[in-house]
Amino acid sequence: MAGESSEYAVQMHGITKRFGSFCALQDMNLNVKKGSIHSLLGENGAGKSTLMNILYGLYQADEGEIFVNGEKVDIKNPNVAIEHGIGMVHQHFMLVDDFTVTQNIVLGNEITSHMGIVDAKKARKKILDIVEKYGLEVDPDAKVSDISVGMQQRVEILKALYRGAELLILDEPTAVLTPQEIDDLISIMNNLAKDGKAIIIITHKLKEIKASSDICTIIRRGRYIDTLLVKGVTENELATLMVGHEVKLVVDKTPANAGEVVFEIKDLIVKNDRKLDAVKGLSLQVRKGEIVGIAGIDGNGQRELVEAINALTPVASGHITINGKPLENTSPRQVIDSGVSTIPEDRQKRGLVLDFSVNENCVLEQYRRTPFSKKGILLKKEMEEFTKELIQEYDVRPEDCGSRRAGSLSGGNQQKVIIGREIAMDPDILIAVQPTRGLDVGAIETVHRTLIRERDKGKAVLLISFELDEVMNVSDTIAVIYDGKIQDTFKQGTVDENTIGLLMAGGKNHG
Amino acid sequence: MDKAAKILKKPFTMTLIAIFFGFLVAGIILAAAGYPTFHSLSVLLQGVFSGPKHISNVIIKSTPLILTGIGVAFAFQTGLFNIGAEGQFIMGCVAATTVGIVCDFPPVIQIPLVLAAGVLAGAVFGGMVGFLKAKFGIHEVLTSIMFNWIALYFSNFISDLKRFHKPDTMGTYAINKSGYTMILGSWKTTKEGKEVLVNNEFLRDTLLKTDVNAGILAAVVLAILVSFLLYKTTKGFELRAVGANRFAAESTGIDVNKNILHAMIISGGICGLAAAFYITGNSPHGIATLAAFENTGFNALGVCLIAASSPIGCIFAGLLFGGLLYGGQSLQYEVGAPSEIINIVIGVVVFFVALTHIIPPLVDRFSKGGKNHAK
Repeated sequence: MAGESSEYAVQMHGITKRFGSFCALQDMNLNVKKGSIHSLLGENGAGKSTLMNILYGLYQADEGEIFVNGEKVDIKNPNVAIEHGIGMVHQHFMLVDDFTVTQNIVLGNEITSHMGIVDAKKARKKILDIVEKYGLEVDPDAKVSDISVGMQQRVEILKALYRGAELLILDEPTAVLTPQEIDDLISIMNNLAKDGKAIIIITHKLKEIKASSDICTIIRRGRYIDTLLVKGVTENELATLMVGHEVKLVVDKTPANAGEVVFEIKDLIVKNDRKLDAVKGLSLQVRKGEIVGIAGIDGNGQRELVEAINALTPVASGHITINGKPLENTSPRQVIDSGVSTIPEDRQKRGLVLDFSVNENCVLEQYRRTPFSKKGILLKKEMEEFTKELIQEYDVRPEDCGSRRAGSLSGGNQQKVIIGREIAMDPDILIAVQPTRGLDVGAIETVHRTLIRERDKGKAVLLISFELDEVMNVSDTIAVIYDGKIQDTFKQGTVDENTIGLLMAGGKNHG
Repeated sequence: MDKAAKILKKPFTMTLIAIFFGFLVAGIILAAAGYPTFHSLSVLLQGVFSGPKHISNVIIKSTPLILTGIGVAFAFQTGLFNIGAEGQFIMGCVAATTVGIVCDFPPVIQIPLVLAAGVLAGAVFGGMVGFLKAKFGIHEVLTSIMFNWIALYFSNFISDLKRFHKPDTMGTYAINKSGYTMILGSWKTTKEGKEVLVNNEFLRDTLLKTDVNAGILAAVVLAILVSFLLYKTTKGFELRAVGANRFAAESTGIDVNKNILHAMIISGGICGLAAAFYITGNSPHGIATLAAFENTGFNALGVCLIAASSPIGCIFAGLLFGGLLYGGQSLQYEVGAPSEIINIVIGVVVFFVALTHIIPPLVDRFSKGGKNHAK
């Protein structure tokens, strides 16, 4: 155990935190050296965010000590954390859309001349200095609503630096970025570290740890596991330490045995909430026994596409057909009855009724069918039996959750319920939208295996994901969506990540 | 400790705690206003429990509240806040009164006819709110507040029509006696009936001194029926799914708009039924010209809140509400305390029921505190 030393930007010793009877962190240690990029690796619910929230003063530890620059501190709230030079960039950005970049950065910490008048010039100068120093290219006068997500993240980083942060916590910083933007972020982080600043990244993506970090601390179920030099370990070793047992990172599958076209979209145009075209003449085919993956950055028409397929939003023009039968502008129930099942992107909004029991959620589509009801009367016993089988088959935990609120399950188990339910519909095409969002490595493996198993049974699968790796690994055919259109499609293995990344960002394919 | 914590977290216990605090605050206010607290509260309780006559009156007073409360609860389960219960109740009264005056069939036809008229009027009025929400997305609270006023003035218009207005009064004629729903209503005014009743103290108090009507029986049956519909049928499954998460319901193929319309029709129908029983079971068996709302529908919102939208719970919450309203009267003439104090009690109870969500975390904190000490 390292003693308290000013060589470290931050040291956390013996941190324990309980929520009620649940112990989120137990005797956790973290030592972050100045000028280093330090990853905090762990599965969902391992306690990464809790630990960082304690460091940032959002929670108080029940036991343990925190040292900043070798000095013991008591971080009661985020203001104290900022005073000690700790800055945090949350996963969900906290920016005012209608303000300019400069206004957002100075908000709450304005430089004022006499009589409290904001000195915008001085603030702008200070920001430009930081921008130049670390290569954080941002237009200080642009409105936040007009800049890309990657830019917004830079604004958040600037906000922290502007307040004098010497230690920067980044919570899942790459979740929303394109591959190119991730490269840029890593180079910014390197610049910051060179200048002596310490950076902590919360993540469960192994590849990025390898690409960006010097040191990695692994946390599992609230306990400290190990701290390693990243150079000396492989991704597989990291995964094993994180999960506690060996995991397969590469998806195991045989070549697709694709049959005839089951599902087809032709020249589809769909408008978004603001009545602007979001899907702009999109065409796509999915064959039996094939997984088609749509790669793309969030906001390029994916949501509208899925809503149009499910008849949740009207189709302005074009056709969607399953087995030759038109689906556009019908009703959600007709779509389901035609053999389309969807694992929705937002499982808590679209997928589950959280206040319903797991039993009820499992029959959310089938409650009107035998054997779950007879002449309009629900048959509880049949529902329970069905749920029990589903729980067993998909390993939903806790095992006896049938009569519990769906909202009481963890995210991964909620997802298992939805996946089980949709597959039980025995669809001709399974549409999976962001099926592994927020899941940990173990659960992701299960989901991917399930999708491939359905493919091997001869089902058509349409996978829509913002995680490029997922699309590249799981799909047999990769389609890239940008600005509401499919830019290009490739067979798996005939294309590299950079080409796809470029197309996702709107570049042309010169390959 | 765990067991105590479990009991404390039960909705029923939490409601009792809320009621207790309601009385506590009312006691403090009474004391602050210079009235003898314990005497006042005992007068209040005596006003409710001191004899069959009082209990009977409480039930009569509670019946429309229970029925309307069930109506509101039904909409609530579908995620709709039916603040239009007031207007649907008024429209039910208008329909029951006009049909009851115009038609005069034997009771076996007349009573169902009058009740049906009330249900239909309430259902149409509620259905319009549901239609506007389903078709145009107009929020049900806005439309139903407007509809309440339409109902109020429509009721006054009917009440002033020559065909219905009883000269030299503030209201309409009574409906034809064939439509009355008092229990043994016609028999007890006959000579033989009176003789039997006078000789039996209990029956004399309940039947002769008060007008017990069939509404309470209807309320109990309806509470059970509505519970069955909501929790045991596919229709109820749809309605509750729409109420609990309309987006998930929509995505899984449930027609959200259709269910909103149905929920409002049924909710309004139940409020109309409450009104029809009110007209057929209580004198003056007609409508009066209203200067302001009579608040049956609004109070039903409170009933539904206390009952946590459970139809069965509405029976008890309605009795509590009715009891407080009725007992409040004796508080007024025996202690001289303003009857508004009762509104304060009711308000505080509703307030604390709304606050009961803080009890589980509090319980957790206390039980955790206990464990720390035990260490």
